[in-house]
Amino acid sequence: MNNRRPYVRSMDGWWKRDPYFIRYMAREVTAVFVAAYAVLLLVGLVRLGQGKEAYEAWLQALTSPLSMVFHLVVLAVFCYHTWSWFNIMPKTMPIIFVGGKRLQPGTITGTGLAASVIACLAVLFIVRGMS
Amino acid sequence: MKRSNEPIFWSLFGAGGMLAALIGPALVFITGIAVPFGLIFKPDTMSYAHMLAFSQSWAGKIFLLAVIALFLWHAAHRIHILLHDFGVHAVTAVRILCYGGAFAGTVIAAYTLLALGS
Repeated sequence: MNNRRPYVRSMDGWWKRDPYFIRYMAREVTAVFVAAYAVLLLVGLVRLGQGKEAYEAWLQALTSPLSMVFHLVVLAVFCYHTWSWFNIMPKTMPIIFVGGKRLQPGTITGTGLAASVIACLAVLFIVRGMS
Repeated sequence: MKRSNEPIFWSLFGAGGMLAALIGPALVFITGIAVPFGLIFKPDTMSYAHMLAFSQSWAGKIFLLAVIALFLWHAAHRIHILLHDFGVHAVTAVRILCYGGAFAGTVIAAYTLLALGS
């Protein structure tokens, strides 16, 4: 019998079935924006290597309204990446014991987020001091 | 048993994710919003002369390569899995596309930084 048609449940839109899957998908999709930003920086670096005129054209392109909107979206996505990265960190890192007690997930996430705020502020101050 | 190459890709993914989580928002704000639109920083912060000098210093070279390459490897690993999640099961083709793209980006960045000299 070759004309059997067994029922196979469709997997289309599987990630919309559960809020947990939606959060998973939101977290993973941030990668597309991280890639876009990395490519944008890579183009800038290549243009820098091509000389003053090429680099300044790239710099000029950054001042367009479209670039502004793009970067605002990327900034929001990066902030979400930071939050979600440390939110899942208790699950992705080995269990740590401090003084015989397991380090709590909230402590790990909180420490990570605090480290991010400090690192971001440090970058802002260093760049401000550099020029 | 054949040794898995997964730890290499996972380490690059982890390093890129951590770097992006720690300083990503600040970088996007500086290069994409504050400097192009003249906020907070001096207008010549990303001028040709400044960025050339930065890319010719060893600290600058390492920083630029780390940010560009690790962000790419991080994204490549996630997009590779994301495509599987959306039902693209051509494993080899997806791997070549994602990791190959990250590899190409790394080589271009490294070559450009070397060519810029010191």
